[in-house]
Amino acid sequence: MALDTGASEIHDRHYPSTLESVDLAEAEILKAAEKAGFDEDDQHRISMAARECLVNAVVHGNRYNRRKKVHVHISLSGTRLTIRITDEGEGFEVQEVPDPLNDTNILRHSGRGLFLMGAFMDDMKVRKVEPAGTEVTLVKEIGPHP
Amino acid sequence: MSVKLSTRQVGDVTVIDVSGRITLGEGSSALRDALRELTAKGNKKILLNLSDVSYIDSSGIGELVSGFTSVANQGGTLKLLGLTKRVKDLLQITKLYTVFDVHEEEAHAVRSFA
Repeated sequence: MALDTGASEIHDRHYPSTLESVDLAEAEILKAAEKAGFDEDDQHRISMAARECLVNAVVHGNRYNRRKKVHVHISLSGTRLTIRITDEGEGFEVQEVPDPLNDTNILRHSGRGLFLMGAFMDDMKVRKVEPAGTEVTLVKEIGPHP
Repeated sequence: MSVKLSTRQVGDVTVIDVSGRITLGEGSSALRDALRELTAKGNKKILLNLSDVSYIDSSGIGELVSGFTSVANQGGTLKLLGLTKRVKDLLQITKLYTVFDVHEEEAHAVRSFA
């Protein structure tokens, strides 16, 4: 007998690597967050974290290569919304990303996306996938959280 | 809704009224272009009114920071007016809130340039 995790898939789609895709996928994620029952502030946080992740996938991961796709998977398990965003890029080492809160980096033009994802979500995991790409999993729980 | 910018003069202070979303692409490049144009014309006192900005992403934050430093490098000052709670929170968690001179009232902000 298969184990029922209780998770329901809300959205599963491969997007071309364009900024239009970022807007489309962000809208789907916002819709999922609203449907799941998150309040407006949390919907905004989820939408923003997802947008940062989608932009990273399109711009830094797939480098706007339209032959490469961004895979967006959204699921809901009880009060837990999970968003998985995967690109087909060369990948990066999380520990090599400079801390944007460090005094020497505070006035840098870029480099805050990953930090914002972590700040707005309850959990974030980044891993390399084979043969190439990065998978980011963003998790948010409904209800009281830090 | 994408970003909309309009510029007006209050004394010797140039106010840029921004509305909509400042995000990667059209939004952030429009802001960058507007600030470049003003500094190229020699405007030294620039007040960025963000009271109708619903959303800023990290690219938008990057443009605010770059605008702040490029105006300062040309001997000018860029200040912020009317942050929504969400934009204020964003600047606080990125430790940028204290970098900018932020005002809630336009008249007060304009006077502060003197």
